[in-house]
Amino acid sequence: MTKRRQATEFAGGRDALASATPYGAAPTGAAGPAPALSTDLLLNVEDLHVSFATDIVNVPAVQGLSLQVRPGEIVALVGESGSGKSVSAHAIMRLLPRTGRIPKGRIQFEDRDLLALPEEQMRDVRGREIAMIFQEPMTSLNPVLPIGLQIIEPLQFHLGMSTRDANLRAVELLRMVGISDPEQRLRQYPHQFSGGMRQRVMIAIGLACNPKLIIADEPTTALDVTIQAQILELMKALSRDLGIALIVITHNLGIVARYAHRVVVMYSGRVVEQGEADAVFHRPRHPYTMGLLRSVPRLDRPRSGQLETIEGLPPSATDPLPGCRFAPRCPFRLPVCDTPPPLAPTDAGSLSACIRAADIAAGKLAWRKPAAVAAEAALRQDAAEPALRVRNLTKHFPVKTGLLARTHQVRAVEDVSFTVERGETLGLVGESGCGKSTVGRLILRLDAPTAGSIAFEGRDFAQMSRVELKAMRRKVQAVFQDPYSSLNPRMTIGQIIAEPLQVYGLAPNIAAARERVVSLLNEVGLRPELADRYPHQLSGGQRQRVGIARAIAIEPQFIVCDEAVSALDVSIQGQIVNLLEALQRKRGLAYLFIAHDLAVVRHISSRIVVMYLGRVMETADRDELCERPLHPYTKLLLEAAPIPDPSVEKARAPQLIHGELPSPLAPPSGCVFHTRCPIATSECRVEIPVLREIRPGHSAACIKV
Amino acid sequence: MLRYVANRLLLAIPTLIGVAIMTFFILRVVPGDIVEAKLRGDGAQVTTDVIERERARLGLDKPRSEQFLDWMKGLARLDLGNSMWTGRPVIEEVAARFEITFQIALMATLIGCFIAIPLGVMAALYRGTFVDTLIRLFAVAGLAVPSFWLGMLIVLALLWSVGSLPPLTFTPIYKDPAANLWQLIWPALAVGYRFAAVLTRIVRSSLLEVLGEDYIRTARAKGVIESVIVRRHALRNALLPAVTVIGLEFAFLLGGLVVTEQVFSLNGLGRLFVQSVARHDFTLIQGMVMLFAAFYIAINLVIDLIYAALDPRVRYQ
Repeated sequence: MTKRRQATEFAGGRDALASATPYGAAPTGAAGPAPALSTDLLLNVEDLHVSFATDIVNVPAVQGLSLQVRPGEIVALVGESGSGKSVSAHAIMRLLPRTGRIPKGRIQFEDRDLLALPEEQMRDVRGREIAMIFQEPMTSLNPVLPIGLQIIEPLQFHLGMSTRDANLRAVELLRMVGISDPEQRLRQYPHQFSGGMRQRVMIAIGLACNPKLIIADEPTTALDVTIQAQILELMKALSRDLGIALIVITHNLGIVARYAHRVVVMYSGRVVEQGEADAVFHRPRHPYTMGLLRSVPRLDRPRSGQLETIEGLPPSATDPLPGCRFAPRCPFRLPVCDTPPPLAPTDAGSLSACIRAADIAAGKLAWRKPAAVAAEAALRQDAAEPALRVRNLTKHFPVKTGLLARTHQVRAVEDVSFTVERGETLGLVGESGCGKSTVGRLILRLDAPTAGSIAFEGRDFAQMSRVELKAMRRKVQAVFQDPYSSLNPRMTIGQIIAEPLQVYGLAPNIAAARERVVSLLNEVGLRPELADRYPHQLSGGQRQRVGIARAIAIEPQFIVCDEAVSALDVSIQGQIVNLLEALQRKRGLAYLFIAHDLAVVRHISSRIVVMYLGRVMETADRDELCERPLHPYTKLLLEAAPIPDPSVEKARAPQLIHGELPSPLAPPSGCVFHTRCPIATSECRVEIPVLREIRPGHSAACIKV
Repeated sequence: MLRYVANRLLLAIPTLIGVAIMTFFILRVVPGDIVEAKLRGDGAQVTTDVIERERARLGLDKPRSEQFLDWMKGLARLDLGNSMWTGRPVIEEVAARFEITFQIALMATLIGCFIAIPLGVMAALYRGTFVDTLIRLFAVAGLAVPSFWLGMLIVLALLWSVGSLPPLTFTPIYKDPAANLWQLIWPALAVGYRFAAVLTRIVRSSLLEVLGEDYIRTARAKGVIESVIVRRHALRNALLPAVTVIGLEFAFLLGGLVVTEQVFSLNGLGRLFVQSVARHDFTLIQGMVMLFAAFYIAINLVIDLIYAALDPRVRYQ
């Protein structure tokens, strides 16, 4: 194909783009019906196998993926970590790492077999016909090159455009993805953009040559829920207006329900079920899909007992399970499950890789309800003092930019007050940078507050002597987010759990410590042999259990859980939440549960505090807050979170929060939310709203309610 | 940016004062002084009276605090004083040798970069192949062979092949470039090889790390050709850690060429330093330490500025 021809083709594409509605203020509503699909396939992946060569064995990562994408369609590839979804995407782009092999399979894109193309021709496909958007906007752009250069690269390589033309097109692209002032921003570098803005730049790069297919690998996992909604709405609008097909890889079932026409569910390298989104969500025909849908906490429903979970762990990729790979965790398994199940059509119009799909359809098989537990333990409110009382807590971090520069203050936490009763869980939610983790650190006394008081069981931290403080530390413990970095890699699990016992002299000798470690491991559901292993030998969920065992080792009364389940897969997340609740009932623990996932917070907490830019926006009982929110920020936060049910999603037209989080170095005057608030007026810019009780037990900091 | 440079230069003053105090008092702890070394050094019989007079002339009879104050007053006026041995100003003594050493250090650095960057890139791109192994062999040999020994080999090779050695008298490059290079290229090669060896390994490992970054995958997904990926996207990021090493090695070479200068019979800074220590020439030692310290500070500032030029995330206010 000559350059001239490409250029004319491109001009056509550009007209088409110009006539497309630019992405603007109007959100696009729910998924809506699938566009009229032509029957010919854009992408047809058949029986794809991918393996990674190590020194010892070939580790199979994908075993027989089949996937069809029609023009303009949105297909979701869902699965937990290690299910092979990202590897499949890289295989389609032929961007596997050096050790990756494709021993078997066919990838047909339009009329070409991508696996048979020579590398030079494959390079013409990449970025020109198939574009890819990655998970981490923070690291996916080159930090030392201006973003303009990074956007025009594919235009110059694929369409032979001059720098001048390419720059004009780049301006147009940035405008399409909703970046204001595009001429100036082209000269800026990635670090001058926020995470959400960088992901918009990535989308602009993906759109540059007007591709037919965009593969988005967890495009919003690293972003806050309000920014996630903005990015996904943008991608959906662009896909609809420009007729670009999308493969969205995600672990978030809410996103699938809101955006996908069709769903492919993967488990341990294989497709277990695929079909229309409605069919898969409402009439799942594979036990794994059924279990997964049941284990997601629902933001739109009140808590009904314990979370349902899928017991056990996914098999390791090296495990040569010949039959159904879900069988070891499946409640309906039969001896015949030892042979590989075929992907067969079901009554719901979907394909399921379960030999008992017909039984499932007939309603003969159902996941059993988890063992009923006693209603939530009655709060021990008879006690004179609450477990924790925080009053007007404020924390400013001084930031100095040079020897002679003036010191600025980052207002991380501003005038925060709440109480946690004994045996209660208080949920603390907000987007990144809202100060929720700083509150946790202040309570743990890892930082000293600038002002305000923290009283534990009626005693103020500030007035305690050193000895009292150490005794108090014993009663307050923490479980952190990252189970990978919060355990010392050079200590065994046993040493990690025994360390606090030694610090407080709770184990008279080694044998006693050992015995205590074994009983703690049992209590958090781990086998005692694990005491001699090192953290890297454990899975994420197991590590988080170790973190919990370490926290409860010295019998605290209060635990700060800072994003304790955020890094875990859905089925594992449920197990950990249930474990935390069981320990609470048994030991009468109080939790401060810090998280950004509202659905989990609604499930585990009895009351919820919503923070924004260091201030409390609203606080109420969990169901009251989720069903009758008062503060505009809470309302928008709740709307931004997608719900894993396509029917619910279709019925609502989410309103987006526009704009980005302002810098905490220079927070807006008056109400900190006024810059993004849909109902803000001029008085909001002046008056700092106080948190006042509007309904019994329900307070909000907004002058408009 | 200007403000940042001013900031850094201001911070250099307390550092230099610290260096001055430390050198002055550490030198005074060493037994013996220049007068004894000068007058009695070769076993001559000199009366105590003569020695005392010489001490008084050099100001060594004054109390230490007074000597120290005198020296600090000089420093404040940017005057490093006179060499106790020759009586000429320290700055003149140093300037005469600085040219040679500076040129060798600079040439060695350039040779190192010209060899190391292409080799390091090749080793990274052909990781695990024959090419990588060969380059590793070259680099490990460079680390294992001392430069003075390599210098001796070069001298022998010159004698054997050309039959003569470069002249011993120094010709400045602006007077006769050919004669100058013929004299200095050999020590520069001997030192530059070791430099290249260190740098090759750093460029290789840092490029390998960068090639595994997410933004390289992004560039591949855009369909950018591999050579542009390496040149435009990877190399600039990969050279950042190399810049630090290049700067620090260069600063080190200025004071660390003692043995190489000996092998090639060059009258450079390293030799002057050893001489002045052997002679207990306090003012000269102090002056040179101060100059080296100032040089290190300057080089570090330059490294930081180069960093800022290469990496837009680093912007100094």
